[in-house]
Amino acid sequence: MMEHPRAGLPIVTLEGVTKRFPGIVANDRVDLDICAGEVHVLLGENGAGKSTLIAMLSGLQQPDGGRILIDGAEVPIRSPSHALSLGIGTVFQHNMLVPTLTVAENLALGGRWWKRPRTAELAARVAEIARPLGIEINLGARVSELSLGEQQQVEIVRALLRDSRLLILDEATSMLTPKGIAELGALMRRLVERGLAVVFITHKLGEAADFGDRISVLKLGRNVGEIPPERLRSLERAALVDEIVAMMFGRQAGDDAVSIPPRAANDDALLEVRNLSVAATPDAPGLDAISFAIGHGEILGIAGIDGNGQKQLAEALAGQRQAVSGSVVLAGQEINGLDVGGRRRQGLRYLTDDRLGEGTVGTFPVSINYFLKEIGEPPLWRSGVERSREIEARARELTRIYDVRTPGVSTPVGRLSGGNIQKVLIARELADGARAVIFNKPTYGLDLANTLATRQRIRDIAGQGLAVLLISTDLEELLSMCHRIAVISQGSLVGTVPNGDGAGERVGRLMIGIAA
Amino acid sequence: MGGFASDTFLAALLFGAVTAAIPLLLAGLGEQMSEKAGVLNIGIEGMMITGAYLGFVSAYYSGSFWLGFLTGAAGGVAVAALMALLCVRIGLNQIVIGIALTLGLEGLTALLHHFQFSRSYPRLPAAEVTPIPLLADIPVLGSALFRHHLIVYLAVAMVVVMIWVYRRTQFGINLQAAGDKPAALDVAGIDVIRTRTAAVLFTGGMAGLGGAYLANVGAGLFIPFITNGAGFLGIVLAMLARGQPVWVLVGALVFGGCLSMTTAAQVAGVNIPTDVIQMLPFLAVMAMLVLFGRRASLPAALGIPYERGAR
Repeated sequence: MMEHPRAGLPIVTLEGVTKRFPGIVANDRVDLDICAGEVHVLLGENGAGKSTLIAMLSGLQQPDGGRILIDGAEVPIRSPSHALSLGIGTVFQHNMLVPTLTVAENLALGGRWWKRPRTAELAARVAEIARPLGIEINLGARVSELSLGEQQQVEIVRALLRDSRLLILDEATSMLTPKGIAELGALMRRLVERGLAVVFITHKLGEAADFGDRISVLKLGRNVGEIPPERLRSLERAALVDEIVAMMFGRQAGDDAVSIPPRAANDDALLEVRNLSVAATPDAPGLDAISFAIGHGEILGIAGIDGNGQKQLAEALAGQRQAVSGSVVLAGQEINGLDVGGRRRQGLRYLTDDRLGEGTVGTFPVSINYFLKEIGEPPLWRSGVERSREIEARARELTRIYDVRTPGVSTPVGRLSGGNIQKVLIARELADGARAVIFNKPTYGLDLANTLATRQRIRDIAGQGLAVLLISTDLEELLSMCHRIAVISQGSLVGTVPNGDGAGERVGRLMIGIAA
Repeated sequence: MGGFASDTFLAALLFGAVTAAIPLLLAGLGEQMSEKAGVLNIGIEGMMITGAYLGFVSAYYSGSFWLGFLTGAAGGVAVAALMALLCVRIGLNQIVIGIALTLGLEGLTALLHHFQFSRSYPRLPAAEVTPIPLLADIPVLGSALFRHHLIVYLAVAMVVVMIWVYRRTQFGINLQAAGDKPAALDVAGIDVIRTRTAAVLFTGGMAGLGGAYLANVGAGLFIPFITNGAGFLGIVLAMLARGQPVWVLVGALVFGGCLSMTTAAQVAGVNIPTDVIQMLPFLAVMAMLVLFGRRASLPAALGIPYERGAR
């Protein structure tokens, strides 16, 4: 393979780049060298800070700290058009083509408004760029008629039309077929051979190993490791995978201590799910024959990259989503035929991750939100009339027991913090005869104190002998409290790992598509 | 002579239809550009009444129709600038601001008119018509369609101009991107806010011009609330036209025909209560919505303020 003369020189350098959003640090002092002639893979889980990093490189966000150097000189990237003029082209995870315009019009987008789009000139330049790369571009086609892979090729060509020296591909393979992924890999190879730098963002380890010249691993906003080209070439694939897995999922000093609640010896399944299937929708995967059982006092974790069917699973169990087939048995009783209310009465409770949208009514007072699912029923309602005094008294009691920090029970629940809304939800769902509880991302968006409190609450629930299904995209969280962890991928469970030594890496391998 | 079939009736009906259609056409073409760019411009009624008032006052004191049109358009642009500031740049709710502008300006112009003219409604002289050679001599049609003020022909010519802008220019492509996927326009390096602002200002100019025509040529005077929903009809036209300027023209002529039924029927001496006839345009709106409304496709980002990096 011929090395390009410019290969190895950094085009863009990040020094200590930090970006904060309310409540979280998305990027924490990230250092990165992006060099010409290299496919630089940024690898990390959801929330590792990959997208934020890209947003800063493409001018959509400004860093709060640190410097970005271009060709060795510090340059603040002010706007998307500034990024383009610096030679940084980005193909975003969600494509940035206008579906109602033709390919040619999309490519012309960004020209000065007083100029006529020069169709003939454009066609010539597109041909000049696309042909050596083996891409076919149909300029007259409307974008909405193209496949996602074709749309991505149009976007890559568009970036090259703007003389990009650095091409950023954000989760570019997430929508592609295996064949499309292989083609993209070959295309990236041809691009770096011509001296471009490519930044390839992914959470799939296999792709990183296949396509990367240099691999950087991001974890919770920090750059936790880098494998330079020399080392990458010298490693066997298996050893490489081991090294990356250790970087991504290895436990480090300072991680939460594991405290798995003790379990009663009684191993009868309390909640049992057999072959549960749900049809896919255009924007979400379905479920494919999901089976598992949870015993008394057991916490079963569901790990996986976000959007692999977690919400569908929770909703199908709660009765909010129609299942195609399968059975759900709670305490020996089939609850398939029951609707949401029926399942709730049987003791199956679901705490949604959409706390304000689906879980509570933001403008209603805290007191009514405790009893949202009992409105109109005795004893708090009599003949359909609300008994305000009883509701208030009961609400005060719950507020005290669950330590909800609210100015009063008549405060609209939407004014509370996420952690306190979560407490209101827990108080409501655990009331009267809960047997099995499904938590969907229970600590998502909470601050540390509330995260710890919520985790302790979940441990307590299990300690009382209830079955807990804990869905989370935070692997550390699952490792710190589950008895077993199942991994969901594309709507099916690809494996179950008992918690203990080395569980994190085994789950991690399953999550990124490598058998444990 | 009399009845619906007479030449007098037909000529009056057609002439009136064109006169009534022109403000709708201008407003509809203007609104169309805002909507293409993703801004639902409900304030267009307020822009029209401002154009009508300022256009009338300026023509009344200067004696020049052209100065009237120019002032009217400028007034519309001024209102549109306020709307663009609030809804495009600051990102406030387009519907609320639009309604507030409309109600506020209807009241303001009525008040100003009252201060100036008290309860009198002075008239302008009849507008000078420019007959089109040869065509103007066709019986019935000639006097109905080809004996109008020059601005009428210019308004119809605007349809062609708009088709050209949308199909052939970079600005047209940018507009559509601003309405369908503003983020794509932004990352392509074009300022979405500026593109949308330009569209809203254009809407203001067209609406103001339409208002000035309505008062100065159509009515020959200004009375409070004279636009009487013409701007709102313009919104309906823009929505039904699905981005095609030529359908705005067709729609404007249909509605204009309905509006002119009132006067034409009186001229022809047909005895139908005017209230019934005045309902016609609105019945036509409902009929057109039932027939074509379902197929109307609106830009995906219509009515949603753009904020960079918002997810």
